[in-house]
Amino acid sequence: MDVELLDIRQHMGKFPPFDALSDDLLDLIATHVEISYFKAGSDILLFDQPVTDLCYIRSGAVEVYRRKGELYNRLGEGDIFGHFSLLRSHRVSFPAKAIEDTLIYFIPDEVFQTLCAEDDNFADFVELERPRLETAAEQQRKDNDMMITRIRKLLSRYPVMVETTTSVQQAACQMGEAQASAVLVLEEGGDDPRLRFTDGEERTWQIRGIMTNSDFRARVVAQGLAPSTPVGEVVSSRLITIQSDESVYEAMLTMLRNNVHHLPVLYRRRPVGIVHLSDIIRYETQSGLYLVGNIFSQSSVEGLERLASDVRAAFVRMVEEGANSHMVGSALSTIGRGFTRRLLELAEDELGPPPVPYCFMVNGSMARNEQSIVTDQDNALVLSDEFVPEQHDSYFLALAKYVSDGLAACGYTYCKGDVMATNRQWRQPLRIWKAYFNDWMDNPTPERLLHSSIFFDLDSVDGEELYVEQLQDLVAEKAPQRPLFLAAMARNALNRTPPLGFFRTFVMEKDGKHNNSINLKRRGTAPMVDVIRVHAMAAGSRAQNSFQRLDDIAETQLLAPGAADKLRYALEFMCMSRIRHQAIDLQEERMPDNNIEPENVADAERHTLKDAFQVLSNAQKFLKFRYPMPANRRAQ
Amino acid sequence: MLRIRSTQRLADWPGYMSQRADQARDGALASFFATPLPAPDTPIKDVPMVALDMETTGLDERHHAIVSLGVVPFTLDRIRVSQRRYWVVKPPRVLVESSIAYHHITHSEIAQAPDLDAILDELLERLAGRIVVVHFRHIERPFLNEAVKARRGESLMFPMIDTMSLEARRHRQSMWARFKRWLGRPPVPIRLQPSRERYGLPAYQGHHALVDALATAELLQAQIATHYHRDTPLRALWC
Repeated sequence: MDVELLDIRQHMGKFPPFDALSDDLLDLIATHVEISYFKAGSDILLFDQPVTDLCYIRSGAVEVYRRKGELYNRLGEGDIFGHFSLLRSHRVSFPAKAIEDTLIYFIPDEVFQTLCAEDDNFADFVELERPRLETAAEQQRKDNDMMITRIRKLLSRYPVMVETTTSVQQAACQMGEAQASAVLVLEEGGDDPRLRFTDGEERTWQIRGIMTNSDFRARVVAQGLAPSTPVGEVVSSRLITIQSDESVYEAMLTMLRNNVHHLPVLYRRRPVGIVHLSDIIRYETQSGLYLVGNIFSQSSVEGLERLASDVRAAFVRMVEEGANSHMVGSALSTIGRGFTRRLLELAEDELGPPPVPYCFMVNGSMARNEQSIVTDQDNALVLSDEFVPEQHDSYFLALAKYVSDGLAACGYTYCKGDVMATNRQWRQPLRIWKAYFNDWMDNPTPERLLHSSIFFDLDSVDGEELYVEQLQDLVAEKAPQRPLFLAAMARNALNRTPPLGFFRTFVMEKDGKHNNSINLKRRGTAPMVDVIRVHAMAAGSRAQNSFQRLDDIAETQLLAPGAADKLRYALEFMCMSRIRHQAIDLQEERMPDNNIEPENVADAERHTLKDAFQVLSNAQKFLKFRYPMPANRRAQ
Repeated sequence: MLRIRSTQRLADWPGYMSQRADQARDGALASFFATPLPAPDTPIKDVPMVALDMETTGLDERHHAIVSLGVVPFTLDRIRVSQRRYWVVKPPRVLVESSIAYHHITHSEIAQAPDLDAILDELLERLAGRIVVVHFRHIERPFLNEAVKARRGESLMFPMIDTMSLEARRHRQSMWARFKRWLGRPPVPIRLQPSRERYGLPAYQGHHALVDALATAELLQAQIATHYHRDTPLRALWC
């Protein structure tokens, strides 16, 4: 083998199917390749152009498209393309474009045919890849790298672990030696089954917590503790962990939601590593979620305001990368929560610490983790029962106003229904909130519930999470026992109906606006969310997210087998349609809205949308039947 | 004789080449000069090129010698690796010890190698009719000229595209680059590997004449794709 071609050979030898080739065949390839450079954005293969070579990506990245221009696959270093055409028509059926500066090795057809003839493994790879790739590409359109890569891929070593009896000094030394920025603290035995595991020597351990660099600073040095203090005495019992097969994306969300920078990774219950936020950032610097980090570094409302355009850019990028509606919804909700939390911090800086504890509650789409790019703010304050209006309310009004105005400045418009903490009615101590919820559930009428259904999607953003959890518990326990309440909620869930004939004639909304477009939120996603909420409350589910609610519903007998899945697909499709149209609006520099114009809907999409509307319509009919108004009431 | 200084960019290469074809006494040189080159207005996308790199025992053509040469023919669209050629040649003077490790060429390889004269005809054949592309012409041009003069009694000069000077145009000679230098910023490195990195080209193991020739060909493709146009006329690039 010529030494000068070693590089080519060695590179190919690392990637399938070349890695299994004999040296002779590898030499044959290396001596016959032709090379070409493609600038990012330039075409490599054009549709229907004759194909004479197999293409191998030496460096860079390439996207392969279907004839109609949809993305078919995204390829990187060591991947091949063009083989379908070589095996069939010898004309390009899947055009390819460089998305980064790319160096391609072209392997001439004769060499390709020789490889197929002489190496069964190679022949199988290029032949059989077709069906596998097709499904993978479908998958890839939905999941970008970060969403499918499992967090364990980011781990480079086992965590440093010490026992609770170890002194803080020894623990610090062990961290220093291992150049680790965190250490797991273990206790032999233990009583929490979720955190207990057995090591290789059959000893049972429980994870007591994690000590990070900053914990050593805040919990040891700043407190003036002796170096001999056992680490078990200072470690925080708050422990957020993640399973090793969760996605990188999920790990990132977990960190951001809980505002932690270290995340112990468990395989089942055994700790296998610790990921740090910087590992993830290194992995995917450009992700929209990294925005949340930026949010927390802003020191003024103006600074936050400037991030609004980044949020829109991140949204468009996620859609382009094929994120599904759950990913987009939870990313935007996480960003929205970030804004809210940072505004609360800034407000407290300005107003001083709160006179009594509080929980900042969000409702509606943010609580469900289903926020879209077109959204208003729905929030409330749940205050401690020590709250005395005369003494404390001026503080909380100022706090609410600061946050609400700040959110409005950042693009979260004021709630038209005045469901905001600035409204005195929604700025109340926990016992009053409990009374509200009890009253709604005990004395329901459709009219009274019309404007309060939004409160049945509720989650805490900051402060005393326990307050909102108590309200969630109250709903989950009481709602299944209140048929009248469920019936009233069900009745309200029928107020907005899907358009069923929209594709033959243009649809007009009742208010006369947008007379050749459909409000996909009002006519699709929102009524579907309403339907799902009623079933979820009947099932006693504590989940807020519609897809998680569907999981809970599927566990019960409330719906016929398979019905929950139908609702899921229909909701997903309607959400994605809405998201895609909003991304198009943004790309074309229009104000995004919830409307889609039938003439902008491709035939296939229109067809599927119509199916989704049909599913919604049937679900609404079933809802009426499943949660009837009790007979004695109907008579009144 | 018409002399062409390498600093003259808009030289009359066709005139020079035909004049040399008439004057040449050596057969191989005469046919090299007589093979027509693409006209100065030819768009670069239609120009047949050949990347050339050589390793030498030092930097001064009067005291040092060529030890290896690599050539790869290419166009803007394809680098023809299968048509590559690589020669080790025996320098007239003994190699100094220090340069051996540098070149990855061993004593025995050199001891068995022919003199450059034995491969010169084939080299000229492979260069004829193509535009030679090098990275830093101030090695290739004087060394080749000196070696041919010593063996055939005639000089050898031809147009080249120099990928290093294309980089220098952007990173050393532009107003922006001069301004940055005036501010005391270190100059952008324009050697082969750092230049390649700017275009996202992979790192190759350097200092092998053929690998570097290949690397130079890729670099030119990247430079044209990034800063020029496929229709840029040859005369805007050669020197």
